[in-house]
Amino acid sequence: MNLAFIIDALVTVVGVTTPILLAATGELVVEKSGVINLGVEGMMLIGAITGFAITFNYGPDLGDWAPWVGVVCAALAAAISSQLFGFLVLTLGSNQVATGLALTIFGIGLSSLIGAGYVGMTVPEFATPFPDWLAGDPVWRVLFGYSPLVYFALIAVLVVGWFLNRTRAGLVLRAVGENDISAHSIGYSVLAIRYAAIAFGGAMAGVAGAYFSMVITPMWAEQMTAGRGWIALALVVFSGWRAGRLLVGAYFFGILMTLELYAKASGFSFLPSQFWAAMPYIMAVVVLAVISARGVAGSEAPACLGRPFMPSN
Amino acid sequence: MKSEAPLRLQLVGVSKSFPGVRANDNVSLRVKPGEIHALLGENGAGKSTLVKMIYGILAPDEGQIIFDGSPQRISNPRAARRLGIGMVFQHFSLFEAMTVLENIALGLDSRLPQRELLAQFNRVLEAYHLKLDPRRVVSTLSVGERQRIEIVRALLLNPRLLIMDEPTSVLTPQEVEQLFETLKHLASSGCSILYISHKLHEIVALCDTATILRGGRVVAACDPKRETSRSMAEMMIGANLKEIAKPAGRVFGEPKLAAGSLSLPKPSEFGVALKDVALLVRAGEIFGVAGVAGNGQNELLSAVSGETLALNPGAIVLAGRPVGRLGVNERRNMGLCAVPEERNGHAAVSEFSLTDNASLTGRETMDMVWYGLIDPGKAREYASDVIGAFTVKATGPGALAGSLSGGNLQKFIMGREIMQRPEALVVCQPTWGVDAGAAAAIHQAIVDLAARGSAVLVISQDLDELLTLCDTIAVINLGRMSPPMKVGEVSIEEIGLLMGGVHGDPAATAEMTEALHAHPI
Repeated sequence: MNLAFIIDALVTVVGVTTPILLAATGELVVEKSGVINLGVEGMMLIGAITGFAITFNYGPDLGDWAPWVGVVCAALAAAISSQLFGFLVLTLGSNQVATGLALTIFGIGLSSLIGAGYVGMTVPEFATPFPDWLAGDPVWRVLFGYSPLVYFALIAVLVVGWFLNRTRAGLVLRAVGENDISAHSIGYSVLAIRYAAIAFGGAMAGVAGAYFSMVITPMWAEQMTAGRGWIALALVVFSGWRAGRLLVGAYFFGILMTLELYAKASGFSFLPSQFWAAMPYIMAVVVLAVISARGVAGSEAPACLGRPFMPSN
Repeated sequence: MKSEAPLRLQLVGVSKSFPGVRANDNVSLRVKPGEIHALLGENGAGKSTLVKMIYGILAPDEGQIIFDGSPQRISNPRAARRLGIGMVFQHFSLFEAMTVLENIALGLDSRLPQRELLAQFNRVLEAYHLKLDPRRVVSTLSVGERQRIEIVRALLLNPRLLIMDEPTSVLTPQEVEQLFETLKHLASSGCSILYISHKLHEIVALCDTATILRGGRVVAACDPKRETSRSMAEMMIGANLKEIAKPAGRVFGEPKLAAGSLSLPKPSEFGVALKDVALLVRAGEIFGVAGVAGNGQNELLSAVSGETLALNPGAIVLAGRPVGRLGVNERRNMGLCAVPEERNGHAAVSEFSLTDNASLTGRETMDMVWYGLIDPGKAREYASDVIGAFTVKATGPGALAGSLSGGNLQKFIMGREIMQRPEALVVCQPTWGVDAGAAAAIHQAIVDLAARGSAVLVISQDLDELLTLCDTIAVINLGRMSPPMKVGEVSIEEIGLLMGGVHGDPAATAEMTEALHAHPI
């Protein structure tokens, strides 16, 4: 095992981890506000196709700014789709689990429809912002060879951790997730805070989706997020709703998946590939089971997670 | 008359309607500075609606709220707090997973650096002689301590009017004592207090003025010092209060229900383990179990009713037969009925009709089953009998349990069990959230059942209820049961100490114990 191989592996780990980390960071904020949005996968796909289509169509006119505009549009589109979910579960008080699943199905369908004409097309990769001599260095590329979205993901999870635990706004957000009735009676607007949290979660999922279509494989393929949204959801639960553990957990997942990739490439697999294909669905079942079994998740889960809140006046 | 300070709070003709109900009808009220003003009334009399309007949670349909002499439109709690109105809710608005200090910060509108907040927090604790650790997580605190958080949160705003909504319903007598000290101290410094309660002796002890609401209207304003609890209760319910008729000179028969060395592990993380509980209820006896919520009451009820099986058969004995390892149905068929605390979802299925609810527990004992099939006619008949005998206000046996008011559903559930003429009946919180009229009817039914020779075990947090109802009383604290004591020979202070004294304050408890020994009761 030589240095080049290790660096290759590390770069792969970062690439695999980033979209999961982005989506999970957004979902963490959503769940901390007391809402569970199972539509992460769908929002990621909406983000993926939007980012791709914008870059593909307007890229030549926008020049250097094209990928940035693409990512922002991806975030906006996913955030808008999340507000649809928000309207259903917050204003109309529908079941969050069912509505979230519907959002995923909607996202898969919509992205396939819009993406029908783009299958197999490519865009230029949203590449590293660092100069070539640094990003292209065989060793230093382990730190500087990534897309800006990688650095954004790391900063975002740290900022979210700081926001939740150190700021007053974060305290209020957690309060809303912990006891919506109390927060309402103290005078906080539970629904407004939850709408905002859902929008943030949507935007982050959109960026995560764009990472697939603009960085990993800068081309469009149907359902290219391959169930990573479900893994992000599981990660939020397994992290015990804490940003620090979320970061560590995301990389743990990333290392696991990279190991599998390498094992498969060398003709040896420690888990059958069907297992990896089934992983997202297994994760979905585990997430729901853990959240339903409050005794297991215990005091870590936001106490109002998944419960509709209807203010009485 | 120029020197007279303006009223702290004046309500003029305030009305509020909800679909189908007029919750407040032309309510007027005057609170002077530094006055402790009681707001009295039954459940549903409109007390909570009224204070919610003062605190800005609801908006009045009509009428005027005048605060410190100037008319105000209080559009939200924030605006109320800006005026200097603080409120301590009956159901605490606390966040269990957060620390005391975080909870305090959430209740303040101004953004303070943590150090400044902590300093202010400590100043308030000192000024009012309160004890509270700012770093503790709320879920680890006792109810009394939780209430202290709410009070400190309100006091930090330097309130000019403090609204207290049923503050003592969850406190031990010693904690009540301590709360009253704080409130009197606060009133003497000029803050007015609007005190909502239906516990009349507290109002006599604490308040300067009382306004009595019934059916959303003010029916009387009085000086509680010049009234008796009874006269105020009659104003509250608008009728003469019926005494519970308890036959005098009763003798108890043979033991009917007994528990011996009953120990059970915690049912869940938040549950309480039962430790070596022993009790004995004889025929004709009403045995009360007092205690602050969450000390093993629910665990005791499920152990006796059979929802939780005991570890050995002899731990629960019903009329001489060991039943500790038998399930709910077997015990019920042997004559043990139970009424758990939670009406909806435990004692009754709210989406079921009263008929179906009647057959849920009465099918075997009331002979409704024919070769495994329930006879719907008999079930309906039984439900109608219960409705008739217990004057349950319902549209009929087909009414959904969930459509009944709390008091009526409780009367139905009590009736459903009592009319099965059980050998032994266990009830938990028989009159929780039930108005005085229905409570009196339920109490009378319990007394009548005992008079017919049944053994009754009443588990309640309401000490007044236990003292009027029971012959024998024991206290449950942290899953342990005190020895039984005869009602009439035991003092409230003694019971209060057994209930845990001042929760979370061992020093004060020790002090109380010393005081008790110095003046033997």
